Amino acid sequence: MSGPLLEVRGLRTHFATRAGVLPAVDGIDLSIDRGRILGLVGESGSGKTVTGFSILGLVDPPGRIVGGSVRFDGQELVGLDQEGLRRLRGRRIAMVFQDPMMTLNPVLSVGEQMALALRAHQDASRAEARARSRDLLGLVGIPSPEERLSAYPHQLSGGMRQRVAIAIALLHRPDLIIADEPTTALDVSIQGQILHEMRRLARETGVALVWITHDLAVVSNLADDIAVMYAGRIVETGPARDVLARPRHPYTRGLLDSVPGEAQPGSMLAQIPGSTPSLLRLPPGCSFRERCAHASAACGEMPELRALGGGAVRCHHALEATP
Amino acid sequence: MLGFVIQRLMQAALVMLAMSALVFVGVYAIGNPIDVLISPDATQDIREATIRHYGLDQPLWRQYLAFLGRLVQGDLGRSFVLNIPVLDLVLSRLPATLELALAAVLAGAFIGVPLGIYAGYRPESPASKAIMAASVLGFSVPTFWIGLILILTFAVKLDWLPAGNRGPTTEVLGVGWSFLTLEGLRFLALPALNLSLFKLAMMIRLARAGTREVMLTDMVRFARAAGLSEFTILRRHVLRLIAIPLVTVFGLEFGSTLAFAVVTETIFSWPGVGKLIIDSITSLDRPVMVGYLVLVAFLFVTINLVVDLAYAALDPRLRRAGRA
Amino acid sequence: MKAFWSEYAENRLAVVALAVVALVVAAALGAPLVTPQDPYDLANLNLMDARRPPGHVGSEGYVHWLGTDAQGRDLYSAILYGLRISLQMGVAAGAIAMAIGAGLGVVAAVSSNRVEQAIMRVVDLQLSFPAILLALVLVAVLGQGRVPLVIALVAAQYAYFARTAYGAATAERQKDYVEAARATPLRASSVILRHLLPNCLPPLIVVGTVQVANAIALEATLSFLGLGLPPTEPSLGMLIANGFQYMMSGRTWISVYPGVALIVMIVAINIVGDQLRDQFNPRLRR
Repeated sequence: MSGPLLEVRGLRTHFATRAGVLPAVDGIDLSIDRGRILGLVGESGSGKTVTGFSILGLVDPPGRIVGGSVRFDGQELVGLDQEGLRRLRGRRIAMVFQDPMMTLNPVLSVGEQMALALRAHQDASRAEARARSRDLLGLVGIPSPEERLSAYPHQLSGGMRQRVAIAIALLHRPDLIIADEPTTALDVSIQGQILHEMRRLARETGVALVWITHDLAVVSNLADDIAVMYAGRIVETGPARDVLARPRHPYTRGLLDSVPGEAQPGSMLAQIPGSTPSLLRLPPGCSFRERCAHASAACGEMPELRALGGGAVRCHHALEATP
Repeated sequence: MLGFVIQRLMQAALVMLAMSALVFVGVYAIGNPIDVLISPDATQDIREATIRHYGLDQPLWRQYLAFLGRLVQGDLGRSFVLNIPVLDLVLSRLPATLELALAAVLAGAFIGVPLGIYAGYRPESPASKAIMAASVLGFSVPTFWIGLILILTFAVKLDWLPAGNRGPTTEVLGVGWSFLTLEGLRFLALPALNLSLFKLAMMIRLARAGTREVMLTDMVRFARAAGLSEFTILRRHVLRLIAIPLVTVFGLEFGSTLAFAVVTETIFSWPGVGKLIIDSITSLDRPVMVGYLVLVAFLFVTINLVVDLAYAALDPRLRRAGRA
Repeated sequence: MKAFWSEYAENRLAVVALAVVALVVAAALGAPLVTPQDPYDLANLNLMDARRPPGHVGSEGYVHWLGTDAQGRDLYSAILYGLRISLQMGVAAGAIAMAIGAGLGVVAAVSSNRVEQAIMRVVDLQLSFPAILLALVLVAVLGQGRVPLVIALVAAQYAYFARTAYGAATAERQKDYVEAARATPLRASSVILRHLLPNCLPPLIVVGTVQVANAIALEATLSFLGLGLPPTEPSLGMLIANGFQYMMSGRTWISVYPGVALIVMIVAINIVGDQLRDQFNPRLRR
């Protein structure tokens, strides 16, 4: 009961591609306590999705975990055998993916898919499975859940489908849910609904949540803590309020500045100059160097993740209080 | 759903009509059938009498209408060469071919699909590579050659199985079937194997391609994330998804199996419909050719219909009438 | 292009297959140069040499490396000439079928809905009809010889090309660059020819390769059944058929060697086609 629910130390997941080794995740540390919500923020290619997969051991070849440790409730997950991982997946750690159209089987009904997920970890008669599925559909806010059970994914709206996916994730009352950009593929109006729903569910069920996203605005209302990823590494962590109000890393700062809501109408939108470096050809030292206004010669050395205030930052020139 | 079925039935009927026309035109309109029946130095009277008897002097469209009329009544004419009703002739040989084709198709499915799924699930394993290599052979090597090799190996060199002809038949429902006895099965084995290899190879490749594609999707990852065992994933997700293209090809290929039976029956002297068509082509026995083609067309259309319906049953996205 | 070939080269089997195909093509093309006998010239054939086993020295004074057939033909020569015919038929039929089929498919993809439906109905119907039956009927109706055979092969195959081209063209048609090109003063046919068509080529090449192999196999089957070329110009199928009756008495070489040659060629082409298909398939690429 003591200690964090999930503790990731030095996790490294590399992909062996034709063009060379791709260090998608290159030494990250994360820590989540029970019942807390962590927002994992980063642009595409930053390695956030791979991080989520790595925790559950779902990385497909040519990628594999090459180092580090992932401890869940005291149990080491890296190197755990397939059956051990399988018993954890869905039951104690669940995952929700980005596009439910791609993750739900189009030829099976909602009820069938939920029953499959239920029976993966416990015996249940058809009636029991139906009852439980119905309850969960109701829990995630789907109207007329009884009818929805016999529906097929293509008959549901995007938001509805994602709720089904969330319902599946909650079937076994997991301790942790990893949500990989669950609202990115949805309309903006639905996004808000799902976010609200997730926050409510997290509070009600006490489940810990890792919310992976590229959109800082999304996590601003949801997360207790934020971790920012860039080019396979964590560059800043801290309580959400602090990170959003007083970002320490220039990249985080840049992200915040480029959120349209903050800008003055009529002024140019701020942008981080340059583009994400290719992971195959990372510059030595700090990966953000070439885009950073504060870079100096010292940045030729990769900075360590240093504790600062309530969180940590990986920068030689960590920004002080907001000017 | 009912609208869908009716629409499909009507389409099937139209296709049958079109095919009957094609068959008729193709076979009847070219060449001079009269020359098969009587020797070149028969008298003019006999010629004319024969022409009138067989209706060969009517304008083509009349012949076609008469043909259609007879078709609907089940009268496919009489064989020029053997002088018995074509329908009887074809029906008497049909069971042998059906037996062969079914055995081949079943072998192809029940052996091919699991092998293919395995090859798709573990594409890099040596077993998979061996399976795929074997499938290339089964797929590209002409059936007659495989038949030859089979005969050479099993009948000549090893003398395990007979090299031709059908085994003893037992009557069921008034029709003789040979697969019901062990002895009959011995005769069925090689030809069925020969015929099935093409199908087998195709099933393996399709199942493997389908499995590989599905295994790489997010859907499988999601299922794994929910804790489903690999076996459950293969059985409940992968199989269901690849069933759709498989059934389609399966069904369509059944017709092709019937067609390829022609070669197998020739090599193994299997007394089926296929051998009949070859003989009738070389002897220009047009009614038999027409009868065979009409029968095959009918079977085709029926099979297509069944496959369409099965497709809709398997893929819930298609169950609306009006979709092409 | 270089990346394409280096990826191809990773599959050693495919490289071997490609070499085999090249070898066969070279041998077949140069058949008159590398064979001691022209098996089609009846004057060359001596019945004294019939059914001799491999290694036998014939009446003409040279060694029959692969034996002779029932008419006294040197099998080595007959096989090479037979390969030549097979290749001619296969490639000709394949090329014509591709031209017709791809043309139809692309036309269907860019035409109005009615035309499109009409064309594709016919194509679909044809696709479900087994090639061999179609070929059988056509040969029965048109008679024997090279031209009817090619016609039969083309008729049996164009539908595959049509279907493939249609699929590729439809996908291309919806891409943004077509919209963009439409906004310019370029004529529609120009857009089709210079943009749409080249992008449809990869799947067509794959289908083409496999179809050549299929055409060869189909021609061999027809010849085996006695419906192919006349007996004086034996293709591989006919050689095999002729030798069938001698199989039981141990004179297996008459059927086996032509058969092996046929198989090697077909399988090699198929392997190349397979490799091309894997390489062109975006869904399997990592």
